[in-house]
Amino acid sequence: MITLTHYLVLSGILFSIGLIGVIRRKNILMLFFATEIMLNSVNIGFVAVALYYGDIAGQVFALFIIAVAASEVAVGLGLLVLYYKRTGSINLDTLQTMKG
Amino acid sequence: MEQYLYIALFAPLVGSLVAALFAQRVKSLFVGIFTSALIFISFVSSVILLAYVGEDRVVHVEMMEWISAGHITIPFGFVVDQVSVIMMVTVTLVSTIVHIYSIGYMEHDEGFNRFFTYLSAFVFSMMILVMSDNFAGLFIGWEGVGLCSWLLIGFWYKKHSASWAANEAFIMNRIADLGMLLGIFLIYWHVGSLQYDVVFANISNVDINVVTWIGILLFIGAMGKSAQFPLHTWLADAMEGPTPVSALIHAATMVTAGVYLIVRSGEIYALIPDVGMFIACLGAFVAIFAASMALVNRDLKRIIAYSTLSQLGYMFVAAGLGAYWIALFHLMTHAFFKSLLFLGAGNVMHAMNNELDIKKMGGLYKAMRPTAILMGIASVALAGIYPLAGFFSKDKILEVAFNDGSYFLWFALFVGAGLTAFYSFRLIMLVFFGEKVHEKLGHHPHEAKPFMIYALMPLALLAIVAGLFGDSFHEFTTQLLSDYEFTISYTVVYTLIVATSIVALSGIAFAVYKYRRGGFSEEIEKWWVYKLLINQYYIPKIYEEVIIKPFTTLSKFAWLRIDMKIVDFTVDLIAKTIYSGGEKAREMQSGNLSSMLRWMVTGIAILLILAVFYRLVEGV
Repeated sequence: MITLTHYLVLSGILFSIGLIGVIRRKNILMLFFATEIMLNSVNIGFVAVALYYGDIAGQVFALFIIAVAASEVAVGLGLLVLYYKRTGSINLDTLQTMKG
Repeated sequence: MEQYLYIALFAPLVGSLVAALFAQRVKSLFVGIFTSALIFISFVSSVILLAYVGEDRVVHVEMMEWISAGHITIPFGFVVDQVSVIMMVTVTLVSTIVHIYSIGYMEHDEGFNRFFTYLSAFVFSMMILVMSDNFAGLFIGWEGVGLCSWLLIGFWYKKHSASWAANEAFIMNRIADLGMLLGIFLIYWHVGSLQYDVVFANISNVDINVVTWIGILLFIGAMGKSAQFPLHTWLADAMEGPTPVSALIHAATMVTAGVYLIVRSGEIYALIPDVGMFIACLGAFVAIFAASMALVNRDLKRIIAYSTLSQLGYMFVAAGLGAYWIALFHLMTHAFFKSLLFLGAGNVMHAMNNELDIKKMGGLYKAMRPTAILMGIASVALAGIYPLAGFFSKDKILEVAFNDGSYFLWFALFVGAGLTAFYSFRLIMLVFFGEKVHEKLGHHPHEAKPFMIYALMPLALLAIVAGLFGDSFHEFTTQLLSDYEFTISYTVVYTLIVATSIVALSGIAFAVYKYRRGGFSEEIEKWWVYKLLINQYYIPKIYEEVIIKPFTTLSKFAWLRIDMKIVDFTVDLIAKTIYSGGEKAREMQSGNLSSMLRWMVTGIAILLILAVFYRLVEGV
C-alpha cells in the first residue's frame, strides 16, 4: 500500500537531489534541470496532500506551477542561448560581473 | 510714559543689531554715530523718566508673559522707580559718552563695527538688569552683561593674554552666578514668586535661617560681579580690553551691579543685619586691600582698576550697614569720576603708543594739558576733596561706619581714604609731571582729538558738581529706599569730615612732595612689603597653584585615562567590531552565483532550524 508518507518522502528526496544540484552544478543548463526537479518534487507533495485531504485546490496549484515552470524555462533558456552566443560559455564561475 | 520706558530699553538693542549687520564689513563711521545717537536717545528717555518718577510715581509695565508652566509664571516686566531710574540715567549717560569717545579711540581698529555691536549690546543687557521687576529678569541681564564683558575683554582675541583674561572673568563670574542662582531658587521655593514687590512683602514670613541663606547666596553673586575678595582677581586682568570698555563696564556700570543687587534687595538684608555686617566688613577689607595694591602697581590701567575695587568696597560698606541711598549715591558719583579717569587714561595710552608703565611716562602735562586737567579733576574727586563729587559720597560712607559704632570699619575706610589720595596723585605725578622718561624711549605724545576731549566735559562737570545734589538725591531715593538715621551729633560729623579731608590732603601732599623729587629710591623694591603688594599678595599665584594646577592635572587625568582609555575605547571597540565584521562579510559578495546560492541554502536551513526550535520551545 502506498501511503501519503511514501509520496512525501519521495518528494523530499527529489527536493534534496534538486537542492544538491543547485549547489553543486556549475553549468547553468544543469542548474535549470535541478530547479525543475525541485519544482516537480513540490508538485508531487501538493498532489499527494490534495488527494489525502480530498481537496482539489492542491492539484490546481500543481497545474499552475507546471505552467509557471514551463514559461520560466522558456524565458530562461532564451536568455541562456543569448548569453552563450555573447560569451561562448555557460559556466557559472565565469559569470561574475557583480563581484563586490 | 510707557513708550519712554520702551525707548530707553530698546534703543541700545536696535543700535546693536544694526551695527551687527556691518560687523564683518570695513570700518564705517556711520555705525559709531548711529549707535551713539541711539544710546543718547535712550539717555534722553531716561532723563524724562527721571523727571516723571521724581514726583513719587512709578512706571511699571508687563511687556509679555515669559515663562508660564504649571504654577510658575514669570512675566517680562519692567519697572522704573527711584532706584532703577538712577541706574538708568547713570548707565546711559556714561554709555553715551563712552560711545562717542570710542569713535575716536577705536578709529584705527579693524574691529570698529564689531566693537560698537558689543558695546550697545552691553548697554541693553545692563538696562534689562536694572529695569527688570523680578529676579529672573535681573538674572538675564546679569548674564547678558557677563557675556558682553567677556566679548569686550577678549575683543583683541588674537592676543593670548586678552582671551585668557576674558575667560578668567567669565569663569569667576560663573562661579558667583551659581550662588546667585541658588539664592533665586530659594526665594522662589519659599515665597513662590520672583516679583520684587511680592518677594519683599512676604519675605518677613519666611524662616530667618532661609532668609540668611538667601542673603548669603545673593551676596555671592554680587561678589563675583563686583569683584570682591576672593573673586577679585579678574577685574585687574580685565584691563586687557580696550580702555573705553574698562571705563564703561569695569568701572562705571557692570561692576556696580553687585551693589545695585544689594540695594535692590535691601528689604531682605534689613532682616539679616549679621549678613549685612559681614558685607560691610568684607567691603572695608577690600577697600583697604585693593588700595594697598594700587600703591605700588606700575600699570596705568591696573592702578585705576584697583581703585575701582577699593571704591566698590566703600559702596558695600554703606550697603551692608543699611545706608542704601548712600551706597547708590557713591555708585553714581563714582561712575562719573572713574569713567572720566579711565577715558583720560585712554588718551594717555594713545599718546604713548599703548605703553602702560607709568614709570616710563612723566612730563606729559605739556603735551596733553586738557587730558591732564580732566584726570586731575577725576583724581581730586576720587580722593574726596571738597567740593568735588567724591567728597560728599565717600564722606557719607565714613559717617555711616562711625554712626554704626563700627569704629574699626571706619578706621579701615579712613586709612583707605588716605591711600586713595596717595595712589591717585602718585599716578598723576608720574604720568604728567616730573622727568620726561618717555623721550628717552622715543615716544612723541600728542593730545587726543578735540571731540574726544569735549565728550569728556560732561563727565568732568558731573565729577565736580554731582556731590552738591546729595540732599535732593537723598530725598529722591528715600521715596523707595529705607532711610538711614544718623544719630551722631553735628560736631562729630564735622570732626570726621575735617579728619578725612586732612588725611586725604596729606595723602595728596605726600605724593606730590615725594614724586616731585623723583619718587622713592630703588631700595624700596627690595622690601618684602613691596614684593607682597606688587605680586598682589601672591593671590593669583596661590590660585594658580591651589586651584588651576590641580584642576589641570585632574582634567588631564580625566582626559587621558577616563575619556581616552574607557569611554572612547568602548565606543571605538563597538565601531571596530562592526567594521571588521563587515570586512569579513564582504567576502560573501563574490558575485559568484553558485556561492550565493549556497549562502541562500544555508540561510534557509538556519531559518528552518530556528522555526523547528521555536515550535519545540513553544511546546505546540
